[in-house]
Amino acid sequence: MSTPLSAASIRELVRADQVHKDLYLSPELFALEQREFFGNTWQYAGHVSQIPQALDYITVDIAGQSLLILRDNEGEVRALHNRCAHKGVRLYTAESGQLGARFLRCPYHAWSYRLDGALASYPLRAGYEGTGMCESANGQGLAPVSGLKVYRGFIFVRVNPEGPAFEDYFGEAVAALDQMVDRSPSGELVIEGGVLRNTIHCNWKFYLENINDTVHPVSTHESAVRAAQSQWTETDPNAPKPLAIEQILPFGQPYAFFEGMGGRVLPHGHSISGTRASVHSGYGELGDYVKALAAAHGEERAKAILEHSPQNVVLYPSLAVKGSPQTIRVIRPVAVDRTVIEAWNFRTLGGPDLLFDRALNYSRLVFSPMSIVAHDDIHLFEQQQQGLRSGPNDWVSLHRDFNSAELDTLPMDTNGSSELLIRNQYRAWAAHMTRRIA
Amino acid sequence: MVSTLQDFIYDEARLIDSADYEAWLALFADDGRYWVPLKGQAQTEDERHNAIADESPLLLRLRVARLRGDRAHSQQQRSQCQHVLQSPRLLSSDAGVHTLHTPFTYAESRGEEMVVLHGHCVHRLRETPEGLRIALKRVNLVNAHARLPMIQLFP
Repeated sequence: MSTPLSAASIRELVRADQVHKDLYLSPELFALEQREFFGNTWQYAGHVSQIPQALDYITVDIAGQSLLILRDNEGEVRALHNRCAHKGVRLYTAESGQLGARFLRCPYHAWSYRLDGALASYPLRAGYEGTGMCESANGQGLAPVSGLKVYRGFIFVRVNPEGPAFEDYFGEAVAALDQMVDRSPSGELVIEGGVLRNTIHCNWKFYLENINDTVHPVSTHESAVRAAQSQWTETDPNAPKPLAIEQILPFGQPYAFFEGMGGRVLPHGHSISGTRASVHSGYGELGDYVKALAAAHGEERAKAILEHSPQNVVLYPSLAVKGSPQTIRVIRPVAVDRTVIEAWNFRTLGGPDLLFDRALNYSRLVFSPMSIVAHDDIHLFEQQQQGLRSGPNDWVSLHRDFNSAELDTLPMDTNGSSELLIRNQYRAWAAHMTRRIA
Repeated sequence: MVSTLQDFIYDEARLIDSADYEAWLALFADDGRYWVPLKGQAQTEDERHNAIADESPLLLRLRVARLRGDRAHSQQQRSQCQHVLQSPRLLSSDAGVHTLHTPFTYAESRGEEMVVLHGHCVHRLRETPEGLRIALKRVNLVNAHARLPMIQLFP
């Protein structure tokens, strides 16, 4: 970036049908993006089933900041900045655990805090009398995270104080969470089975764009699909396929299939890929569970829950949800060219083991560091990171199915392979990036 | 007997390192399993917990078919790997099934990149009329929980 990062210069990087390479390559823009874009928007932090008991906690890095999410003695979920008010020590370093007591205590100088973050005690109090400490930021304890919302068990935070309320930000996108929760006859999901984590050497946007890119499987995943076809011969079309085969073969669907899946874009960058069908539509029968679900929700809702399995719903910018299989991906930017991808799986209380097995299987086959599907994706994202540096073309194409009517129409339905789902992300990106800066 | 079992394990690693995958696959029993548990050595075999890899012979064949094809984009520059094994220790032998424990380091190179992994393997080798076969190869990575880069071949 040779030009300074003014709001106007940032908006110029996002055209109606192209984005500038600096969005992926510029360390200055990444630093600003962490503070402004990720700070101003709502991020997925975790699920309540990770902190089922009072005093359970998790730590998570969001917008470049360490946060502590805990359950207090009254069962309330709280989110605090994981930074001692005294000298900045990260109080809790494990990913998850149990607070030893009803106070949070810094191991360095024994400053301790109540579970709401208020400063409770510190040694040598007399030494602070007459100083400005108590009135200063250091005397205010652990700062609560500005925005915290627990929506049907899913914990979201917004780090910066300004910004839209949770409901305004996500709008109808939360239906994807409803859909997944309602797959449980008792309305309860539990994260189980561990988390698969990858470090990938590219900007987070390549990964997130790809979640809405239905045109890549034909060529990107040709090697995995061909290999699956070569190793699997169907002897009885009615016999259940091995899960791996059931899950890999649909990646080989032709362009027309993906185009016909349908897509929908929402305000603030959210999207539904596969409003009518998806590669997950053809999974086998579930037996008695269907009846249990109908008993819980009524026939109509149960049918809608089971038949609606979009490829991906993106709760922009940190979460991609697959209602079937019940897997979420969480996108955590680390540096301009480094991103961590997490894949978590849900068990549906009251649902059959097969649903959970599908989630475990799918995330292992497709999102593991050893996934032969991901190997080709990630390789190509990493080559984008390298290739974009090669001039003279500074722009990435998002032209497919562009129509100027889309510029002032939201929500909007489209075909399943339109790049509107990606353009919509960058329009939201530019708006949130520049909300607080001149 | 112990040295026969140890040689089997050394040869098994050598087949992977020399990309002789078809010969490597032939070492697995029909119901064999190649498993890289997500919790490393803490994970029990009957736990419904995810894995970095959990492969039947069908999935291993699929993996090898992909590596042999010309459209495996991540293999434009072929990965190469090297296992370095410590002497396998025989933990138990029961009814023709032998369990061995083998610490390893594993290096996998692709272009300028190098991924280095450490851990130990647990092999469960079964005596059959055709010779020893792998009923289980379990790879316990010391950092199975970590944010790992892509692992293209077979630790």
